[in-house]
Amino acid sequence: MALIKKLPTDLNINFMGKRKLFMAFSVLMIALSLVLVATRGLNFGVDFRGGILIEIRTSEPADLSSLRSRIGSLGLGEISLQEFGAPTDVLINIQKQDGDEKEQMKAIQLVKDELGSAVEEYRRVEFVGPKVGAELKEDGALATLFALLGIAFYIWFRFEWQFSVAALMALTHDIITTIGFFALTQYEFNLATLAAVLTIAGYSINDTVVIFDRVRDELRRYKKMEVIDVLNMSINRTLSRTILTSVTTLLALIALFVFGGEVIRGLSLGLIWGVTIGTYSSVGLAVPLLFATNVRPSIPEEEEEGLVDENGQKIELVQENDKAG
Amino acid sequence: MVQFSKWQIFAVIGVLVLGIFYAMPNLFKEQTLETFPDWVASDQINLGLDLQGGSYLLLEVDLEAVEEEQLTNLVEGIRVNLRTERIGYQNLRVEGKAATFTLRDVSEEMVSRVRQMIFQNNPGLLISTDGAKVISEYSDLVLRERRIAVINQSIEVLRKRLDETGTKEISLQRQGESRILIQVPGVKDPDEIKRLIGKTAKLTFHLVDQNADPYSGKAPVGSQIMLSQETQASGQPQRYVIKKRVMVSGENLIDAQSTFQDAQPVISFTFDTTGAQRFARVTQENVNRPFAIVLDGKVISAPVIRSPILTGNGIISGNFTPQSAEELAVLLRAGALPAPLDILEERTVGAGLGEDSVNAGKIASIIGLVLVLVFMGSSYGLFGIMANFALVANLVLIVAVLSLFQATLTLPGIAGIVLTIGMAVDANVLIFERIREEIRNGRGPVMAVDAGYKRAIATILDSNITTLIAAVLLFQFGTGPIKGFAVTLTIGIVTSMFTAIMFTRLLIVTWLRRRRPQSLGI
Repeated sequence: MALIKKLPTDLNINFMGKRKLFMAFSVLMIALSLVLVATRGLNFGVDFRGGILIEIRTSEPADLSSLRSRIGSLGLGEISLQEFGAPTDVLINIQKQDGDEKEQMKAIQLVKDELGSAVEEYRRVEFVGPKVGAELKEDGALATLFALLGIAFYIWFRFEWQFSVAALMALTHDIITTIGFFALTQYEFNLATLAAVLTIAGYSINDTVVIFDRVRDELRRYKKMEVIDVLNMSINRTLSRTILTSVTTLLALIALFVFGGEVIRGLSLGLIWGVTIGTYSSVGLAVPLLFATNVRPSIPEEEEEGLVDENGQKIELVQENDKAG
Repeated sequence: MVQFSKWQIFAVIGVLVLGIFYAMPNLFKEQTLETFPDWVASDQINLGLDLQGGSYLLLEVDLEAVEEEQLTNLVEGIRVNLRTERIGYQNLRVEGKAATFTLRDVSEEMVSRVRQMIFQNNPGLLISTDGAKVISEYSDLVLRERRIAVINQSIEVLRKRLDETGTKEISLQRQGESRILIQVPGVKDPDEIKRLIGKTAKLTFHLVDQNADPYSGKAPVGSQIMLSQETQASGQPQRYVIKKRVMVSGENLIDAQSTFQDAQPVISFTFDTTGAQRFARVTQENVNRPFAIVLDGKVISAPVIRSPILTGNGIISGNFTPQSAEELAVLLRAGALPAPLDILEERTVGAGLGEDSVNAGKIASIIGLVLVLVFMGSSYGLFGIMANFALVANLVLIVAVLSLFQATLTLPGIAGIVLTIGMAVDANVLIFERIREEIRNGRGPVMAVDAGYKRAIATILDSNITTLIAAVLLFQFGTGPIKGFAVTLTIGIVTSMFTAIMFTRLLIVTWLRRRRPQSLGI
């Protein structure tokens, strides 16, 4: 009944042997992301670039080209229209108007006057002034930075500095590649998407910490084993958990992507990508980076928390079993 | 780990019962809830504006305009003082953030006399001298107090105005130094709200300079040319030359109502005693002359005074529709804003989109949940089913905490919940995998469960605390959607740790005790 029994238990995949391949892949991904961001750029939502977003519902399937030419004739600069989830729903993006906040308000009014009775319902009207747009960008960057530093600090406190450095680098990799993903797909990058990016950081670190925790344990237990073997063993022993958790999370996210509605489609897609890349980076990047930092000497000798208990003897036995097997 | 004391069992069950108790109101309609007895929890989840529809407006109070006005007043005050005291001065003006002038007589005695004089009339001023130059400026403390007062007064006026729209649960908050955040749920006409907050509504009554030509381009000293809301036959706005002196102002109004006169929408108003006296005197002295009614620098109309008005009641006629007359009456009743307001950010979500988002969120959550339940059940068999109970309990607890603390649920918040559904099983997966390892190492069921939990807990704590740190920081530094996301993520992490560590353990331990199985089946 339990399918998990069918999963091989004594996995011994040589992840560490392929660490150079992983590294090369990650470096390539980061480079690609940076190039994409530099050339294509991000499709910033109204939150960050400032400007106007209007979502309308028309009574009949909308004639995009006619709407486009009508709004285009208002002289509001760059505009874009797209169907949004249904043929009757149209999302109108209008660039930030020159001048202060009042000019933006006037532009909204102009559009409303022009569209008049063509619109059955204004589903959403968002306007972010130039002042606030810049602030939101700044706050978002700050939130990301603090979240990263907070995580790094906690890991440093709970583990050793090597773990913290490796985790932070893997996280940065996840964030950069996710941003690259948004540059590639040109899905709108807004405050909600940024929240998704930050959650990816949370998820990925969760994954990484689980493996690191095991690494720390095993380094203490197998003092004579080569570090690289200990690392490999740690990845393998946590692999079924890594896969299972990713799968359940992905299942939930795919449901969100398919059924969650148009407004959060970009956010859920970002999360799906992030969970995938986060899972990869925990195994393929965080652990090899840990190896590169020469981790063993700083693992303290004592602190055998939870292992030396009333079953102390049994744990000895377990070690022997492991060595034998 | 396989030992549960009575009070622990009691606590776990207690938390779950409380969770069901507080989550339950969300299953009923509001009307149904009202029929329940008082002791039953009745708070439902507080939906954000993006889910129930509504307007979010971030306003900035133009404090600089207020400060400039205050400085100009200060300069004029000093001028009057110096003149009445017959003190010689030069170059009295606003310079940066200070009022400055140069004394003709620079004797020590004179300087200290002037300082004392200014200070007595304007406590809170910092007065310094540089040779003959006297510099007066407000201390930072006074400026800050005034700013706060201006914002608070603005909020008061806005509240009065918006309350008149009959919309419930309008929230007005001060944000930062100079901003006001308005949140209006379920608004039908957001433009009405914007019209209500967009006007300063400073109403003044002026005499009209009938000798000057409004089209000459230049007004005589003490007068100014003003445009009117009325239009001429040519379609151009009417122009007036208005005497700058304010005869009566809107501060003295005690009531304003929209009504009809000769089938035209007009506004009837009532002055307080002071206003009525002034109004009476002006109308007595200026019969048969036009009297201009000015709102925010624009003439509404300039009717000719037919006869003296002694009662303090009057009528404002003009180019009104019934709606615009009603809106102006609201503005006049609520009073003028102390400073102009700019709309920095607006987000309006129609009720339709909000409802669609809630439905989509519900469907996504349920399907996500079912997928995860099926996956866990088929992967871990009996243990998976226990984890599934924990997962459902976890959802109930999230809903309960959101309802109990009245945290706001937003659309990204729903995404946060769906993500938590996926991640919540992580703790259980960690534990089960450890248990599996222990079994492989040759332990019996009870020992394996015991060791599995013991060794997994440190990992669960570490991994969840790191995620929690990220979530809390997001809440602290993030804005809008980021906050909504952080809220549900935080709650989800905490409740999932509880359900995974306490609830599933209780289920498994109970099962172990009752059945005493020879193998665990995972």
